[in-house]
Amino acid sequence: MTNDAQGTAAEIVSDGPSVREMVVNVGPSHPSTHGVCRIITHLDGEVVTEADLVIGYLHRGIEKIAENRTYLQVVPLTDRLDYVGSMYNNWAYSRAVEKLMGITVPERAEYLRVITCELQRVASHMMAVGSAGNDAGATSFFVLAFWIREQVVDLLARLSGSRLTYNYVRPGGVSFDIPEDGWVEDLRALCKKTPAALEELDRLFFGNVIAKDRTKGIGVLSAEDAIAAGVTGPSLRASGVDFDLRRDEPYSVYDRFSFDVVVGESGDSFERSRCRLLECYESLRIIEQALDQMEPGRTTAPSIPRLIAPPAGEVYERIESARGTLGVYLVSDGSVRPWRMKVRSPAFTNLSVVGTLAVGHTISDLVIIVGSFDPVFGEVDR
Amino acid sequence: MTGYWGGVVWGLGAGVLVGISTILGVWGERKVAGHIQKRYGPNTAPVFGIFQLVYDLLKLLTKEDIHPKQARRGLFNIAPLFMTTPIISSLVIIPFAAGWAPLDTSIGILFFLAVPSISVLGVLFAGWSQRNTYASLGGLRGAAQMISYEVPRSLSVLAVVMLAGTMQPVTLMGEWRIWWLPVTLIAFVVYFIASIAELNRGPFDLAECDSELVGGYFTDYSGIRWAMFMMSEYGGMTAAALFGSVVFLGGTWPLSGVLGVLVLLVKTVLLVIAFMWAKWTFPRMRPDQLMATSWKVLTPMALVQIVIVGVVIAWL
Repeated sequence: MTNDAQGTAAEIVSDGPSVREMVVNVGPSHPSTHGVCRIITHLDGEVVTEADLVIGYLHRGIEKIAENRTYLQVVPLTDRLDYVGSMYNNWAYSRAVEKLMGITVPERAEYLRVITCELQRVASHMMAVGSAGNDAGATSFFVLAFWIREQVVDLLARLSGSRLTYNYVRPGGVSFDIPEDGWVEDLRALCKKTPAALEELDRLFFGNVIAKDRTKGIGVLSAEDAIAAGVTGPSLRASGVDFDLRRDEPYSVYDRFSFDVVVGESGDSFERSRCRLLECYESLRIIEQALDQMEPGRTTAPSIPRLIAPPAGEVYERIESARGTLGVYLVSDGSVRPWRMKVRSPAFTNLSVVGTLAVGHTISDLVIIVGSFDPVFGEVDR
Repeated sequence: MTGYWGGVVWGLGAGVLVGISTILGVWGERKVAGHIQKRYGPNTAPVFGIFQLVYDLLKLLTKEDIHPKQARRGLFNIAPLFMTTPIISSLVIIPFAAGWAPLDTSIGILFFLAVPSISVLGVLFAGWSQRNTYASLGGLRGAAQMISYEVPRSLSVLAVVMLAGTMQPVTLMGEWRIWWLPVTLIAFVVYFIASIAELNRGPFDLAECDSELVGGYFTDYSGIRWAMFMMSEYGGMTAAALFGSVVFLGGTWPLSGVLGVLVLLVKTVLLVIAFMWAKWTFPRMRPDQLMATSWKVLTPMALVQIVIVGVVIAWL
């Protein structure tokens, strides 16, 4: 147990006849766990016979803290859930509060929410795809993906003032209107030039024969298993299930845009990562349409008080985040603080299939499978 | 230059050569990686950032010498020496100028192929002595990989040896003709790929494999012992590039004398850059795929090359 407490690499099981099996403790501090995931891996040679995921190393009790904050004070807390896609958390929470209060959000704010969240999707997917490549040893691919992410994050920082935790979408609207320093022009330029950069990434990794050998047929998740486990987002669509909340349950102004839902076939690690890359093209299309349709106007609903006290009741709102269906369940008792907040986090649900998928693959494939699900542990552990 | 003192002098000289090639190699690697990744690499330290590595070396030299509690101290301490020494000694047969090598021996080629293989022992010692699962896996992978890639690598060199009719590097370089290059092209490709694997470098760096095994066989090493692993990597890369230029690219050809040495250096640097290019462009292979590549692709290719050379010799 001392080993457990220190989290060091593990012991060799030498009691009994099975000296062949080795226990390798991957994580919680390991280059390929994408945060603080711990995987207790039983190896027969290099082949994984059992993989136990241990989560909770990043648990900060955000849902509990939220019960002691006023409704507006919770928004920055939600930033810390999925820190690679803070906008989604802001938005899902704000939608829940707005539904409780019965607030109608101004149209310009809805468009700004769509634009920032689609930008966020590109940024988040670039991190996911890049680090999935890095797990396979493609370091340059990782850096080039981050180069795209960096440009997106710069734009978001100019809009909201920060690079990671934006606190931008808030109940009733958004924090700031578009700055008057050519932000829109820069965004349009980005939408124009990014597809070429994505094309280059696509060829560099997904066109490479070694990368195909490493990821194709690795961690195949069938459509039935994916649905049974509640997997959502690109990980579900890669298995061939055509399900996207933006199209199937259009919230906000998503019904005004034309975009394709990227659906894969095989459900392996290659498909999961590539689906994310292809979704970035669609996100850029949505942003361009939103910029065309957007009209001047208010960015916050009129007369939102500082201290919101919604009527007693409960709501559940879900949106399509970069990782899947992100839901916020909010119970109000009529006071100024939420009585209970529960976050249905897609990364947590998606991660639940990793342990079973890894069995039978080698330890080299294990890190690729974990990476292909794009877990963000701020959201898994909450 | 033979005899006891000659050996000492050359040992020191080769050690310095490996040291310099490490400093320049790490700097070059970071520059190459930087340019592939749309950034600059080291550029603020004096002399185009080269001194960055001198500072790094000073830091590594003055660091605390850490031994993990569970490690076997004796093996843990000598493992880096087993990596570096064979590389340094293998440089002794390289003909640095036309008609001259520090040790001009008739089995020079065999010496170069055999002596660096001793570093497999270093990998195994390092892997096992740390008593760390990542390190043991890395050590096992490294040993398996280095031993399997010996075969295609040696076979590929055999093709040139057949053409030259000698195993003496100095004579071989003198005999080298430009038409050998197209004839032995397959062998050169096999040698290049097998050398990368032999050196445990990307895309075949499974033994150190940062994304799975943290640091592989040198996970728990730090300070100067870790630097010796780095020295063996970059020294080995320089040695492999030098040997490749001598055997496959004609060494000092078409010039001789001092200019010939320069030609050899240019060829070596180009090969080293090609090694780095491969590392920073390709993803890493999986152990079983790596073995399959060695036995099912590279070894048959090398055998086909030997048949081709045999036909050419008969036809001459």
